[in-house]
Amino acid sequence: MSSAVNTFQDELARRGLSIEQAHAMLQTMMEIRAFEEMAEELFARGLVHGTMHLSIGQEASAVGLSAPLRPDDYLLNTHRGHGHCLAWGSDPKLMMAEFMGKETGYCRGRGGSMHIADVESNNLGANGIVAGGIPISVGVGLSIKLRKTDQVVTSIFGDGAANEGAFHESLNMASIWNLPVIYYCENNQYAMSMSVERAFNVEKISQRAAAYGIPGKTVDGNDLLAVRDVVAEAVDRARAGHGPTLIEALTYRYKGHSKSDRQLYRTRDEVKEWQSRDPILRFAAFLEIDSETRKAKQAEARQVIEDALTFATESPEPDVSTILEGVYA
Amino acid sequence: MRELTYKDALNEALFQVMKADERVFCIGEDIGVYGGAFGVTAGLIEEFGEERVVDTPISEAGIAGACVGSAVTGMRPVGEIQFMDFVTISMEQLVLQAAKIRFMFGGKATVPMVLRMPGGSGTGAAAQHSESLENWFVHVPGLKVVMPSSPYDAKGLLLAAIEDDNPVIFIEHKLLYKTKGHVPEEMYTVPLSDTKVVREGRDITVVATSIMVNRALEAAEQLAAEGIEVEIIDPRTLNPLDEEPIIRSVIKTGRALIVHEAVKTGGYGGELVSRIMESEAFDYLDAPIRRLAGLDIPIPYNRTLEYHTVPQIESIVSEVKRIVRGEV
Ligand SMILES: Cc1ncc(C[n+]2csc(CCOP(=O)(O)OP(=O)(O)O)c2C)c(N)n1
Ligand SMILES: [Mg+2]
Repeated sequence: MSSAVNTFQDELARRGLSIEQAHAMLQTMMEIRAFEEMAEELFARGLVHGTMHLSIGQEASAVGLSAPLRPDDYLLNTHRGHGHCLAWGSDPKLMMAEFMGKETGYCRGRGGSMHIADVESNNLGANGIVAGGIPISVGVGLSIKLRKTDQVVTSIFGDGAANEGAFHESLNMASIWNLPVIYYCENNQYAMSMSVERAFNVEKISQRAAAYGIPGKTVDGNDLLAVRDVVAEAVDRARAGHGPTLIEALTYRYKGHSKSDRQLYRTRDEVKEWQSRDPILRFAAFLEIDSETRKAKQAEARQVIEDALTFATESPEPDVSTILEGVYA
Repeated sequence: MRELTYKDALNEALFQVMKADERVFCIGEDIGVYGGAFGVTAGLIEEFGEERVVDTPISEAGIAGACVGSAVTGMRPVGEIQFMDFVTISMEQLVLQAAKIRFMFGGKATVPMVLRMPGGSGTGAAAQHSESLENWFVHVPGLKVVMPSSPYDAKGLLLAAIEDDNPVIFIEHKLLYKTKGHVPEEMYTVPLSDTKVVREGRDITVVATSIMVNRALEAAEQLAAEGIEVEIIDPRTLNPLDEEPIIRSVIKTGRALIVHEAVKTGGYGGELVSRIMESEAFDYLDAPIRRLAGLDIPIPYNRTLEYHTVPQIESIVSEVKRIVRGEV
């Protein structure tokens, strides 16, 4: 047993992270939660239609994943993607405007919650189709390889997506061609009502990596630095031309699958269990932030989202005369 | 008269047929304790257990294949694709296997499966959850394509589809699930390939599918107040089509409007127009046959844009007026 217990300062320094950077990551997690809470509220008040998939409880997974990535890397996001967008550096104002179907939104109000993309920042979009982004990652990886850059692409998907045929085809192709892809599976224990216990006969989804001859890692997805570390390793590997990695981040969604979910497939105790390992509280505690400071930070995050809402509310609706625009280039 | 919603009518059909026929089972994503994304299979798992109400991983090609394989070996699967959009992932099994097995095997096998799926827009679900892809299937000999527009037809057509020895693509509409209508308690079938005259009228024939039948009916009420009598026809089964009632109607009215939600280009309307033009009804036409259909765009998320993408009651009213008044 080692006698010297590392301080959080040591832990950050070891990773080349400053305290300011750590605080910024905490802040992003708080903004994600505030965004999701606002989204839920707007929905409940009938101000948005359609559906949404909230990532409350999964904030460390989003922020830890984007931490080691560069602005010129690519992102292929999932339906549960608000958090990943914010972690990627997307503007909450333009996201909120999209969520409210406004012309000023990232997709001019045409896409909505499930399709937020920001091509300028190489965010190639959330996806309404489970596993819809996984095959695209093969093409992005191939393009990076052909263009001879050292970019990487992250392909984010849920546990459920790993049971689509597209997952299998894509990981194999990325493997045989050594493509710079980070396959990032957010295992939040359920695909809608289907638990991973019922949907898989392997203990860990990361074990499937063996079938493609690539590394597979399972990580505590509610531990921000742990996520950051496995992703950093996979990114280094991909940039060096050694091909893809499959990462499985174990996490949990606190809310129902989408707008209407009676959650008969899980127990309140199970939800509480996971809430006791809340990613935000955990990282705040790790940084030795007292509850007063934490609450002040949360209020700050809430304000950022309130401002986004004001922007979105004041933004114009798309003009019906433009309805045919944008189908063809 | 007992009234049920479209959703409950489908649910009752499944209950009754599963009780009556051991070969019938349901398979799909979240159809068990969740009861299906739209609640159509609610309560089935409690009654029939996990063996006959099979929750699957998210694997649409697998679901379609499981239906094909079990159907060809004596079962009567009723698969559910959570949103019609996702059937694009099942296409190979449906188009190249289910539809062709009987023919390729010289008529010696049957594939008595039903694949249910909700189509359509109007819920704000955007471009990847709002498709109307019925014509993809209409284009494939060997598949039957059914689109019920009322609770009565939903139950009767589903039971007929399950009884049928062919693969049937059964397309429900998300906005119809909550609509109510008369539904008898006992089991009954509405025959496949049996086009229905839903409303009689002398001035124009409106052939509509799925939810557009309901919108056409409302439009017809408004038009009647202005002295225009609309005859509304619901094919119910798109393929194989019972075309005779449509042709007879056009001979009577001399005018026709086709209304469907799917995009106009390459849509079912083109097929219907051709059927009318190739028939003896051609000689009776007093005006060009028109199509009112979805715009040739993906379904937008924004509520107002979404609304204007597909035919609505008002657009049916104004199109009928234009045709009847000779403005087109
Ligand atoms: C191809 C396809 N099948 C089904 C769905 C419906 N659906 C949307 S999300 C979802 C569950 C996805 O589970 P998972 O991949 O674990 O992601 P999570 O929602 O848990 O984040 C389902 C079944 C879909 N959008 N696309
Ligand atoms: Mg999941």
